[in-house]
Amino acid sequence: MSARTGVLEAARRLLTRDLRLAFRRPSELANPLVFFAVVTTLFPLSLSPLPSQLRDIAPGVLWVAALLSSLLALEALLKSDAEDGTLEQMVLSGQPVVALVAAKTLAHWLVGGLPLVVISPLAGLALGIAPHAMRVTAEGLLMGTLTLSFLGSVGAALTIGVRRSSVLLSLLVLPLAMPLLIFGARATDLAIAGEAAAGPLYLLGALLVFTATLAPFAAAAAVRISIE
Amino acid sequence: MWTWIHKLGSPPHFYRIASVLTPWFGWTAAILIGTGLVWGLVYAPADYQQGDGFRILYVHAPSAWMSLFTYVVMAVAAGVGLIWRIKVAHAVAASCAPIGVAFTASALVTGAVWGQKMWGTWWEWDPRLTSELILLFLYFGYIALRAAYDDQQRADRASAVLALVGVVNVPIIHYSVVWWNSLHQVASVAKIGRPSIAPEMLIPLILMFFGFNILFGAVLFTRVRGEVLLRERNAEWIRTLVAKS
Repeated sequence: MSARTGVLEAARRLLTRDLRLAFRRPSELANPLVFFAVVTTLFPLSLSPLPSQLRDIAPGVLWVAALLSSLLALEALLKSDAEDGTLEQMVLSGQPVVALVAAKTLAHWLVGGLPLVVISPLAGLALGIAPHAMRVTAEGLLMGTLTLSFLGSVGAALTIGVRRSSVLLSLLVLPLAMPLLIFGARATDLAIAGEAAAGPLYLLGALLVFTATLAPFAAAAAVRISIE
Repeated sequence: MWTWIHKLGSPPHFYRIASVLTPWFGWTAAILIGTGLVWGLVYAPADYQQGDGFRILYVHAPSAWMSLFTYVVMAVAAGVGLIWRIKVAHAVAASCAPIGVAFTASALVTGAVWGQKMWGTWWEWDPRLTSELILLFLYFGYIALRAAYDDQQRADRASAVLALVGVVNVPIIHYSVVWWNSLHQVASVAKIGRPSIAPEMLIPLILMFFGFNILFGAVLFTRVRGEVLLRERNAEWIRTLVAKS
């Protein structure tokens, strides 16, 4: 038998492949970001443009918008690979599905979640979040969006075989994402008030470690069920 | 012992056992809940703070407990079905979801009615009510995922994974909601002192708890029988069963 490709090597190759595929279609990359900006604009228009009131709702708005826009992109995580049979080949390749799913999730976050974190200070400024609270907000979103991507990978894997799955996917993932929203918005809140936000950030970190270690196993099980 | 457990996995055997047990569970539940209700609603003394309003507790507390218990039963059954590929276990998990929705809805409605009397609003973002609401969403997600698949086996196994993910997350969601609320609570609601509850109030509550648990068993057996009949509708044993009756 010839030497087999190592797990890490396989995961790395899958990651670069997914990134390359994503960058071939730049307009799709921009969609979640535009969605994020549009949703953030909805709130001042529907509630109030007064800076004092805007500041109260800003953390919640930022987090809800970020959750919704990364959720929007999740459907694409596995669907196209499942439709053209690539996913089946990956499962048959003999590599652990857990590693492959984790690599795909990471690639998805790099092109869908990380840009959100990068532009979040802009949206934050527009909502009147003080500049000194921006770092905490970005750190929180960094961990929150990554956690959501891992949670969402389970939902995406469960809905591979389902037509029009985006609403179902949201229904499955959003209740599970509520702790993220609670801790994330709280961290931003504390930072705006000038207090130490380490507590909620640590809790977000704990959720990230917990989800990132367990969710790929659930997602791998779901992938096997969906394509067998 | 093992053969007995093994036999439970066979649909005809399970169907027979469930048919025998259903009336026993049903009548026991009826007696317990009937006694508990009359005792709790008529004979138990009124609370010195809440007056007669506290009596809704006799339905609310057991419903809230059962809504969680049902989710755990559902997840355990789903896990058993997923790991050992037992069809009956999947039927049990599928039957749990609507019962869980009913218990959760009952806990929410009675909680809202109680809140209207005590807090003056129908809905308060109280941590227990809020996590109960999220639990309802989790049940809806489970049912929706199950309904989205045409293929029975795939629906079983996919929803089993979801139930397991959900059961791991339920405590996390609950405690994060409690934490969230402890920061936003303006006026703290006076809790009913748990240890100081009078025995004449406590005994009917215990009766109701046992009654609800056994009622769950009765409803579950009935639903599983229906589910098994539906899934095995082309099997030989059902034809002989129908021919006999």
